[in-house]
Amino acid sequence: MFRNNYDNDAVTFSPQGRIFQVEYAQEAVKQGSVVVGLVNKTHCVLVGLKRNAEELSSYQKKIIEIDSHMAIAIAGLASDARVLSNFMKQQSLGSKMTYGRPIPLDRIVGQIGDRAQTNTQHYGKRPYGVGLLVGGVDEAGPHLFEFQPSGLTHEMSACAIGARSQMARTYLERNLDKFMDCSRDELITHGLRALKETLSQDKELTVDNTSVGVVGMAAEGAKGRIESFKLYEGQETVPLLEALEQSESAGAGEGESMEVDS
Amino acid sequence: MDHFPGTWGRPRNDVYGAYDPTYLQTTGPKTHTSSPAVTGTSVIGVKFNGGVVLATDNLASYGSLARFTDVKRLRVFGDNAVVGFGGDVSDMQYIDRLLESIDIRENYSTHGNMLNAKNLHTYLAKVFYKRRSEFNPLWNHVLVAGFDVDGKPFLSSADLLGTTFSAPHLATGFGAHLAVPILRRRFPEEMPIEEITREEAVSALKDCLKVLFYRDARSIDKYSIAVITKEGIDLKEDEQIEGQSWAFAERIRGYGRQTN
Repeated sequence: MFRNNYDNDAVTFSPQGRIFQVEYAQEAVKQGSVVVGLVNKTHCVLVGLKRNAEELSSYQKKIIEIDSHMAIAIAGLASDARVLSNFMKQQSLGSKMTYGRPIPLDRIVGQIGDRAQTNTQHYGKRPYGVGLLVGGVDEAGPHLFEFQPSGLTHEMSACAIGARSQMARTYLERNLDKFMDCSRDELITHGLRALKETLSQDKELTVDNTSVGVVGMAAEGAKGRIESFKLYEGQETVPLLEALEQSESAGAGEGESMEVDS
Repeated sequence: MDHFPGTWGRPRNDVYGAYDPTYLQTTGPKTHTSSPAVTGTSVIGVKFNGGVVLATDNLASYGSLARFTDVKRLRVFGDNAVVGFGGDVSDMQYIDRLLESIDIRENYSTHGNMLNAKNLHTYLAKVFYKRRSEFNPLWNHVLVAGFDVDGKPFLSSADLLGTTFSAPHLATGFGAHLAVPILRRRFPEEMPIEEITREEAVSALKDCLKVLFYRDARSIDKYSIAVITKEGIDLKEDEQIEGQSWAFAERIRGYGRQTN
């Protein structure tokens, strides 16, 4: 039987230059339920599809608030995500304590990237089995970052990770030019539409399985500089899901005419 | 001479008695950190409409000796923050290295150094407080000038104990006694800083520096002055106190060579 000798630890390259343990960790991300993130000029939106292990159990949390200016959406091993989110909470609190400022997004993403990378270079360690979308605002405006178990981080204008996320990415790529100038509420609807694309035939978005997180710059004349992170779950998602439904019935005519064009 | 080289050249026990080791303090706390050595005197600062101005003289004293007469005690940080140092000069240089490393670290971030004067002041106050809690204080009193997160002029002080204090005009050291009353008279409490022009603020500081040079024996008539505005920092480090008048010195009695 074929035996792969190069996947026993995360520190050995295969002759093809691959590190299998890291690639397996990336597979764990693909097993997780999907999360979508996107930004416009003022806001960052994270949406996630929650799963419950069994009918009687609660749903696994997909979006974790790190601080009032940022949050993460997770796909993969939730317990690994908890380790990372605890670390991020500490760093964020540390920045507020020592400098009196919310930690810049690129700084904290760099820190978790470094942590994840060391796990791929030390014998006896394993990579994190989780992918993150880090969304938030800092002095330079709203940001979205993707984090992978390899330690790779990218700043994105829109991104989706997790099971069947390709469908969401396709939606995001097709509509990318609409995001930048759309409103906060439209951005949420775009996020939910991308999320809906990933659903299999028999599934739909409900108040139970949908999670939406929004953070952004404060509107003109509003108190404070930022609109603090707000997580919508359960009944609070009703208006958002209604807006999604409306946009789809409005978009249906649009879709047909596009088909005629092609 | 005996066969024990370790005792050669030492006072002999049979002649002078055994050495009394209590003269050598080998235990007890470290004390050399509990007083400054080479010191800078006052730092003074005033907020005005659209910015802050900060000034120090260029002297570092060794006790009462005017030891170094060309020491720059204003330190620029980032695009629009300045720290003015009073107190121990070697501790100032240590903090300067801390700030340098923060500046470098910050500049690696995508958007450059985004720490403003307020962030810097918070940080310095924490450093001072940590060090005093270790009984190893950084012997300084600093003023931090610049802008806060909303772009409003910012001026605040932090001292060796980690105490912070903020006001429209501030001074450390001897200046806290001599300059602050002058500044208070010039810019009363009820006067909003929007009514203070840059020129008024600068000339007030120059007058304060002159009074300090007259009356503070640890001062010198060469000074540095930094004007921080949104446009940037105008730092002059080689200025001379103008318009001195020592006529009053003739009438001083009570010390010196005269006897009557």
